[in-house]
Amino acid sequence: MTSQTVTLQGHIIDSLILAKVLDTIVMLGGTFSLSDVVIGTKREDSSHATIRIEAPSTDLLQDILTAIQPHGAVAEAEQDCTVVSAPADGILPEDFYASSHLATQIRWEGKWLDVLQPEMDLAILLKTSPLSATMVPMGAVKKGELIVTGRKGIRVFPLERPKERDVFGFMEAQVSSERPHRHILADIAKRMKAIHQNRTGSNSPEKVLFAGGPAIVHAGGREALAWIIDQGYIHVLFCGNALAAHDMEASLYGTSLGYNLGIGRSVPHGHEHHLRTINRIRAIGSIQKAVDSGTIKDGIMAACVRQRISMVLAGTIRDDGPLPGVITDAIEAQQAMRAALPGVELALLVASTLHAVATGNLLPASTPTVCVDINPAVPTKLSDRGSFQAVGLVMDSSSFLRELARELGWKG
Amino acid sequence: MSRLLMCPPDYYGIEYEINPWMRVSNQSDGDRARTQWQALTQVLEKEIGVKLEFIEPMPGLPDLVFTANAGVLHDGKAVPSRFRHPERQREESHFIDWFTKKGYEVISLDGEWNFEGAGDLLGFPEFWFGGYRQRSDIRAYDQLSTIFSTRILPVELVDQRFYHLDTCLCPLSGGELLYFPHAFDAYAQTVIASHVEQNKLFAVPSSEAERFACNAVCVDKQVVLPTGCPETMEWLAQHGYTPHPVELDEFLKAGGSAKCLTLALD
Repeated sequence: MTSQTVTLQGHIIDSLILAKVLDTIVMLGGTFSLSDVVIGTKREDSSHATIRIEAPSTDLLQDILTAIQPHGAVAEAEQDCTVVSAPADGILPEDFYASSHLATQIRWEGKWLDVLQPEMDLAILLKTSPLSATMVPMGAVKKGELIVTGRKGIRVFPLERPKERDVFGFMEAQVSSERPHRHILADIAKRMKAIHQNRTGSNSPEKVLFAGGPAIVHAGGREALAWIIDQGYIHVLFCGNALAAHDMEASLYGTSLGYNLGIGRSVPHGHEHHLRTINRIRAIGSIQKAVDSGTIKDGIMAACVRQRISMVLAGTIRDDGPLPGVITDAIEAQQAMRAALPGVELALLVASTLHAVATGNLLPASTPTVCVDINPAVPTKLSDRGSFQAVGLVMDSSSFLRELARELGWKG
Repeated sequence: MSRLLMCPPDYYGIEYEINPWMRVSNQSDGDRARTQWQALTQVLEKEIGVKLEFIEPMPGLPDLVFTANAGVLHDGKAVPSRFRHPERQREESHFIDWFTKKGYEVISLDGEWNFEGAGDLLGFPEFWFGGYRQRSDIRAYDQLSTIFSTRILPVELVDQRFYHLDTCLCPLSGGELLYFPHAFDAYAQTVIASHVEQNKLFAVPSSEAERFACNAVCVDKQVVLPTGCPETMEWLAQHGYTPHPVELDEFLKAGGSAKCLTLALD
């Protein structure tokens, strides 16, 4: 996708010149967004419009520009972006450009440069030798690094609709508990199968990311999720202390937060089980060792260790323990999560407000994302925080995982 | 009293081909051209009561006779044309000298936009239409709108035979409009139809448009137009105008008629 901004000036509204230019763009296969439309207040005042044209190829963009130029559209002169050195470690220069999670380019020495791994609310770091542009969190910037400032020489590309005609084609966070789920689950399963096939068939680096909360275990989705992981459909897991603790509690005691998962009743002293589990794993030294030694035989953690999937366990304020491997420094956890993102082509955010919002906000807008929660406020919150591409699914996490597993071939 | 600028056809002829009407092989007859031009001046002066002024003809400038393309004059300001074709660019300094000599404030357009004067810019007191795509560039109209503090609606001309707006559109003093719709693109047709009341709009038939029925001069309720346009004359008469047909076919050979041969000085 390539773009060019043009301006149009004059009596462009009542002469239908603006309409003609916009129609021409669309007729030729481009798209446009209008910004900065100033309509004259008196009849003799002229109006002004800034039009950003997008086209799938440079040739088509050129055809569009050639077609609209006779109607007065003037291509806006392009300028390089401006950069200013960071004044100190962890401090961005005033007027730094705050990023979005949309594909972004900066113009440097006359050439447009892709900014790698788009993420919202970061700054853009320019390196001149070798030339590169990356996004950098505020806290990670080093004194003297060149940070893009202002708005000149920066272009952001609106989200392209994916080629696949599935639920992700809409790329909008419609949240409703009153819509059928079946087709959404089928589309998710289809994507997971395609990614799985690409990985096994052609060694593609594509990944499915799963971020989840402990309600998955409490509600009875553990078995289905473990099966999905064991079948190789998930490649990155983000969670907190609790999901891992309750999953292993289930393995050791058959309970989750003291409730027997088989009979659905609390058992005597069951509330201690997760603490005893955490203590046991701490004594062993790591989740990996607990699985390898046969202490933890089944469940989500066991599947993750067996499948050697990347796990980032990020701690929160009142974590018990925590389990070994849980990152308790929030910034360090954020960096570990960020490092695991390249290649993620599908993100499933299930039954965890904190991890859903954190993960969603780390992802580029182009990553198909599903947010599943029984509480409609969670997908709504994720959308409100800017991850507008997430498809919201209001349903119980266990039902979601069991249905998804069945779509993938689970017989449970 | 209305004043019009004209140029005697002393050096008029078809010396080049810059529109579909011009054929060097279809040369104009000098005597007939002079007779027709004089007949036009007679009608304008004697029958309509217009005061005529004349610019000196120049050898080597055969189209100087089409004074409508000198520029646009309004409120004491003159914006001289900037012709698209080199053949007519030689006329520019001649017209600028005349405007200056007559005391007009001469304002040149910025940029490199072509603009062919009252041939492409005409309208009503409240707003003007600006023809573009054939000879004038649309971007000239934004500047002209500022210079004359007038709303200008650009309309796209799509038929090379009707290369100037005044060959296919003629505003009348009572708010009526003669026009040939097929000379305009669909957007312009919509704009014209939405800015003039339906009962004041006359779509000139193709046969009369090709006779340059729209290249008419309207002064109050008098309209001077080329001969051979009976339907247009009938419509004009029905709407309270007195049509004055003048044979001008020697000038049609160069793609001009009554309106092209005059420039309003008011």
